[in-house]
Amino acid sequence: MSGVYNKADDAKIRSAFPILNDETAYLDNAATTQKPECVIKAVEEYYRSLNANPLRGLYKLSVAATEAYEGARKTVADFIGAGDSDQIIFTRNTTESLNLVAYSYARNFLHEGDEILISIMEHHSNMIPWQQAAKATGAVLKYVDCDKQGKISREAFEAAITDKTKIVAMTELSNVLGTVNDVKTFAAIAHEHGAIFVCDGAQSVPHIPVNVTDLDVDFMAFSGHKMYSPMGIGVLYGKKDLLEKMPPFLFGGEMIDSVSRFDAKFSEIPHKFEGGTVNAGGAVGLEAAIRYIQNIGFDTIEAREKALTQIAMDKLKAVPHLHILGSDKPEDHHGILTFTIDGVHPHDVAYILDSQNVDIRAGHHCAQPLMRHFDVFSTSRASLSFYNTEDEIDRLVDAVSKLRGEMGFKD
Amino acid sequence: MASTFYNEILTEHNIHPFHKHKMEGANFVLEGVNPSCGDDIVLSLKVDDTDKIVDGAYVGDGCAISQASADMMLDLVIGRTKEEALKLKDIFLRMIKGEITDEEKRQLEEASVLEDVSHMPARVKCAVLGWHTLEEMFDEDKAE
Repeated sequence: MSGVYNKADDAKIRSAFPILNDETAYLDNAATTQKPECVIKAVEEYYRSLNANPLRGLYKLSVAATEAYEGARKTVADFIGAGDSDQIIFTRNTTESLNLVAYSYARNFLHEGDEILISIMEHHSNMIPWQQAAKATGAVLKYVDCDKQGKISREAFEAAITDKTKIVAMTELSNVLGTVNDVKTFAAIAHEHGAIFVCDGAQSVPHIPVNVTDLDVDFMAFSGHKMYSPMGIGVLYGKKDLLEKMPPFLFGGEMIDSVSRFDAKFSEIPHKFEGGTVNAGGAVGLEAAIRYIQNIGFDTIEAREKALTQIAMDKLKAVPHLHILGSDKPEDHHGILTFTIDGVHPHDVAYILDSQNVDIRAGHHCAQPLMRHFDVFSTSRASLSFYNTEDEIDRLVDAVSKLRGEMGFKD
Repeated sequence: MASTFYNEILTEHNIHPFHKHKMEGANFVLEGVNPSCGDDIVLSLKVDDTDKIVDGAYVGDGCAISQASADMMLDLVIGRTKEEALKLKDIFLRMIKGEITDEEKRQLEEASVLEDVSHMPARVKCAVLGWHTLEEMFDEDKAE
């Protein structure tokens, strides 16, 4: 799809987000997105008129709360093409979703000598749970690297996977490079080798259409807060046959059928994995965010984000001493532009940009091994949402153009 | 405060640090790290029998504040005794908390350009990294 950016749409799109204004250019959307009024209202409405503890009360209000919560689950299932909504587990965020798989699946089904294969471009949340699972089970953690353009080739993947590989865990969209991995192909290869495929969708689900059935991944994890929802609500999609054979991750209330002194019979999926009182307000907020995204449409979201990425990349490339990490093609970046500036430390970059009300991220972006792979210690990152504007990009470019001068360099 | 904080003294110490190099024959060497932001310095000092710091250097990687602050610290402490250096450390740390007199500020010479860090909570750790490393270095010495 080609990028389309129409300045005339800016005001209307941005008016949906109470926090957005002309003073501050918020360019840290890969960390978390802002929330539209409809999401804020949906959460408020839940607590104003629907709140009771879902799934247990026998009175009308609790039934209404249950319906709201389970309705959200259905909306999420439809949104990612999951089919039955009992394959959707609500968690706090991507990290918790991936930990659920690492604890409940990996620790119970991996044996010594089995292999876990992950990519070098994983966020720490899709890396450390596997490091720990490997240590706990005696499995071996292996990596597939990307090239300097940020691409994982089919050849590299096939060279890294073996018949001992039992779990492949990979991001669909890198939070540092913006690259989209060919998850569908890699999942198929994983299955040929008898491995399951765990996909980190934290960055992809908000920005590109994702269909878990078409991708044929076994698990998909993502966070609400990166897709215009409240913080504290996340999702784990899992294939039913896998979820059914996995033991619960958190034990306690709301995940049991019956309890005796020394044992308990656990609920069916998905409730087996949702111990304790759930975040119903968050789930309702996520549902509202999905409706909002569907209302805008991925056609519009992708077209704008693609066009904005192209504009930003063209302008940033023209800044002397600035280097963008990963692919030199804008269409590979999906709104994520991670860069270094010779002689200026990223924390000074972020600080000076903040003084001009341009919000970006600086540091290792929870991907230290990837930074090392690219021979950088830390970097600056601007990440776009469709609600960003060309004016904001111009402010970013203007600010970074002056950075070396501000830091005392004479060129 | 804005970006004017990065004045000429600070940027000069960052781009052209006088003391940022490897040093042979140091009898005090310690690494200081800010794990949250990745600032990293290795401080080396040569201290003689009379407890006088006769030479010093550092190497490292980090933001301008962390690196320039270490360079300015070495300007101050080379030629002084351990005890005098630790006194300056106390003054510097109090400056960052916004608690010093003008007379004390004069003693910090160029390092006093970092006074505004007292209004920049996110950058305090960067500014004090060199000084904390120095303090730790001499504390360990005491413990031995």
